[in-house]
Amino acid sequence: MATKVVMAQLSPTMEEGKLLEWKVQEGDSVSQGDVVAEIETDKANMDVEAMGEGVLRKILVQAGETVPVGALIGIIAAPDESIDDLLASATPATDGAPPAAPAEVAVGTETPSPAGGAATEVAQPPADGRVKASPVARRIAAESGIDLGAITGSGPGGRVVKADVEAALAGSAPAPAPTPAAGAPATPEPATPIAPAAAPATIPSAAPPPAPPAALTARVEEASQMRKAIARRLAESIGPVPHFFLTTEIDMGRALALRGELNQRWPDGKIGVNDLLLKATAEALSRHPEVNASWGGDSIVYHGSVDLGIAVAIDGGLITPVLRDASRKGLRQISLEARALIERARARDLAPEEYQGSTFSVSNLGMYEIDQFTAIINPPESGILAVGATIEKPVVVDGEVVVRKRMRVTMSCDHRVVDGATGASFLGTFKAMLENPLEMIL
Amino acid sequence: MAERYDVVVIGAGPAGYVCAIRAAQLGLRVACIESDSYEGGFGGTCLNWGCIPAKALLESAALAHQVKSHGADMGVRPVEVEYDMAAAVERSRGIADRLTGGVQYLLKKNEVEIVQGRGRLAGKGRVAIQTEEGSQELDASHVVIATGSVMKTFPGLEFDREKVIGSREALALTELPERLVIVGAGFVGVEFADVFNAFGVEVTLIEALDTLVPLEDPEIGKALARAFKKRHIRTRIRCKVKELDRSVSPMILTVENPDGTEGIEKTDLVLMAVGRRPVTEDLGLEENGVELENGFVRIDEWCQTTAEGVYAIGDVAGEPMLAHVGSHEGIVAAEHIAGQARHPMRYDNIPSVGYCHPEIASIGLTEAKAVEAGYEVKTGKYPLTSHGRALTAGANEGFVKVVADAEYGELLGVQMIGHNVSELIAEAGLGRELETTLDEIAAHPHAHPSMAEALMQAALVALGRPIDI
Repeated sequence: MATKVVMAQLSPTMEEGKLLEWKVQEGDSVSQGDVVAEIETDKANMDVEAMGEGVLRKILVQAGETVPVGALIGIIAAPDESIDDLLASATPATDGAPPAAPAEVAVGTETPSPAGGAATEVAQPPADGRVKASPVARRIAAESGIDLGAITGSGPGGRVVKADVEAALAGSAPAPAPTPAAGAPATPEPATPIAPAAAPATIPSAAPPPAPPAALTARVEEASQMRKAIARRLAESIGPVPHFFLTTEIDMGRALALRGELNQRWPDGKIGVNDLLLKATAEALSRHPEVNASWGGDSIVYHGSVDLGIAVAIDGGLITPVLRDASRKGLRQISLEARALIERARARDLAPEEYQGSTFSVSNLGMYEIDQFTAIINPPESGILAVGATIEKPVVVDGEVVVRKRMRVTMSCDHRVVDGATGASFLGTFKAMLENPLEMIL
Repeated sequence: MAERYDVVVIGAGPAGYVCAIRAAQLGLRVACIESDSYEGGFGGTCLNWGCIPAKALLESAALAHQVKSHGADMGVRPVEVEYDMAAAVERSRGIADRLTGGVQYLLKKNEVEIVQGRGRLAGKGRVAIQTEEGSQELDASHVVIATGSVMKTFPGLEFDREKVIGSREALALTELPERLVIVGAGFVGVEFADVFNAFGVEVTLIEALDTLVPLEDPEIGKALARAFKKRHIRTRIRCKVKELDRSVSPMILTVENPDGTEGIEKTDLVLMAVGRRPVTEDLGLEENGVELENGFVRIDEWCQTTAEGVYAIGDVAGEPMLAHVGSHEGIVAAEHIAGQARHPMRYDNIPSVGYCHPEIASIGLTEAKAVEAGYEVKTGKYPLTSHGRALTAGANEGFVKVVADAEYGELLGVQMIGHNVSELIAEAGLGRELETTLDEIAAHPHAHPSMAEALMQAALVALGRPIDI
């Protein structure tokens, strides 16, 4: 039995992948689970494992080539097994690839074809970001918490139709597909509303990655009509995530002093300003669960754990490794884990579950001497803190002009979930934590 | 050496000629065979002796009815109406001739070879044609059977074309009987009842099933029965026709009543409108491996028969026997033959229209069928009684009913009876093709005043926020 090696979808946003290196050559024997190739995704470099046993009979995509998710890149089969059918079904790769199928295989398909050339309307994801979908498909997707953009449409020009959404529902969620034959279906509950769907059911994937551990969902609350209207109106005005921004300036004197003291008592490690920020964020989130939440289409999903995304600049991009359950960790543990995550992120060595499923993020550009900036929310999170540099400046304290170490922080909020007062209250707690740092280590 | 074609289409009706033209457009070498049959010819039954001439007569009937019923109150005088059936038939034939001529023009324009004669399968890849000059054979990589259907009747009520007629003769009837019995109240039966009633004939309509137009939602049949009653068309439902004595004048038709008793109808003419049967004889089907099912040629969703390279489309290939279904099958078959298949045939979104007055149009699932299919159903029924456009037209009978899935609002079906609803059904059909929900129908500002507003109003009723009701 021949096994396909395909360009697997290794992250929810991955549309294509670059083949970096074949670890085995044509003719080599492989066992199930062997690493056969390394590919580069939009986020990281990943191994491709063999899903079956046999000989790597054919390499269809050479190192350095980029092919769409789902494309056949190689074939594993018994040494004497015919692989003509698989070859005939191969999607032609990009320029320079060997022809996917010998010409004589293409002829004599099911359709007797005097004029030749079966018409294929291959569904392509729209270039402009608009998802073509029927009204019913939109409705079902919205009510089931499915991302239409992740579904391959079977309608004209790749339009997503009802059957596609139902197939995706049937394939990806325990919720029953709302087929009429099944009787009046129960209201489908999104299985993991916060976690981006790991791999849409319609995209074949040779080595599906383990689903990223979703943040625990404490509860899902039906949004009120007013809340839905606010969500819709604000989203229309700015885009899918209606941002607004809150800025405050924090006196960092005490926090920096505490950091100095702590580091004297911990010779093996070093607590950075960033670690203090993560700790303060986690503590503030645990006291403001309404901010540790996501917009779920028609509901608000409150997360049961604080999973902090740490924005890390890497060569050619940005990635947010996740510090799990941060509110239950001490400063020392936060410091150690954050450091390891950041190092591995820079080495592009993160597994998908290490950069997916965060509930709130922190982006710190203090080291770049940026005084203040705004960050864009990483959906489905409802907020991100943009932290500027700590600088000495004159401030008025008790009627006197004094020099203090001050840091400006701007919080971006998803207005569908977080209103101005909610955000301000959270930011106030965050500020209080840093200005009275014993609060957060208590 | 026989002429060689990629496709030979047997029959040039609305299925066959469309298939031939589409295949030719796709670069195939195509021949189309047509014999001048009693009910056919180029354009088939539809253009010659069906849809088109019938609609021409129905327009005459509508005009007669309108002047007679509304001339005075609409301010159009004199309103004394004189009927000239011969003139109406002549006009109807003129329209049919013009369109059938158009079919030949279109075939020639697309370089389809027209062959006059009777075609039959003669072994794999061969078609034999019997013509006036003799016989010839064509080599055909693909053959498309599009031979259509003919009128059918019951034993004892065989057509004699004078006293017992079918739609073919009714469309050429220039001398009107005093009394007419129409057997069968499907669309053909109710359309002829409408025509002959408008021209002053005493019409009795007999139907064995529970309502008029029994394939439609029962509410439609009941509404039509009320409208017909006002026009003095007698309707007898749940009655079976037993026998006919043609030897007396008027003839005597024995009818079994719903309670099992027998009654009689005196009539000068009987019009049988009990359906059509497919033309499958003398085509060499069975001996060439083409299987039949319930008398029709069995096809798959690409219109392929059980014999390789042989397709069947239109009435010969099964229900529903409608011209627009046949034409569509013709396109599906042609594109499949050319290796350019776009989508298979699906039969769940076929509009069905009756051109009696008031008109009837429906598509998709009725309320009962939707419930049967497991849907939780939401419906909206909008009566035309006070609908502005219907009132101005002097035709405010009927209603528009929408059936939708209660959960997601998907439009599952529409049933309508009323003025000009034949033109409203396209919106419902396209809406269903695009998987629309009631929200889109309700949200679109329909032109005012128009009959189409009724569909929007029905959607609003279903959504629980009607305005004009």
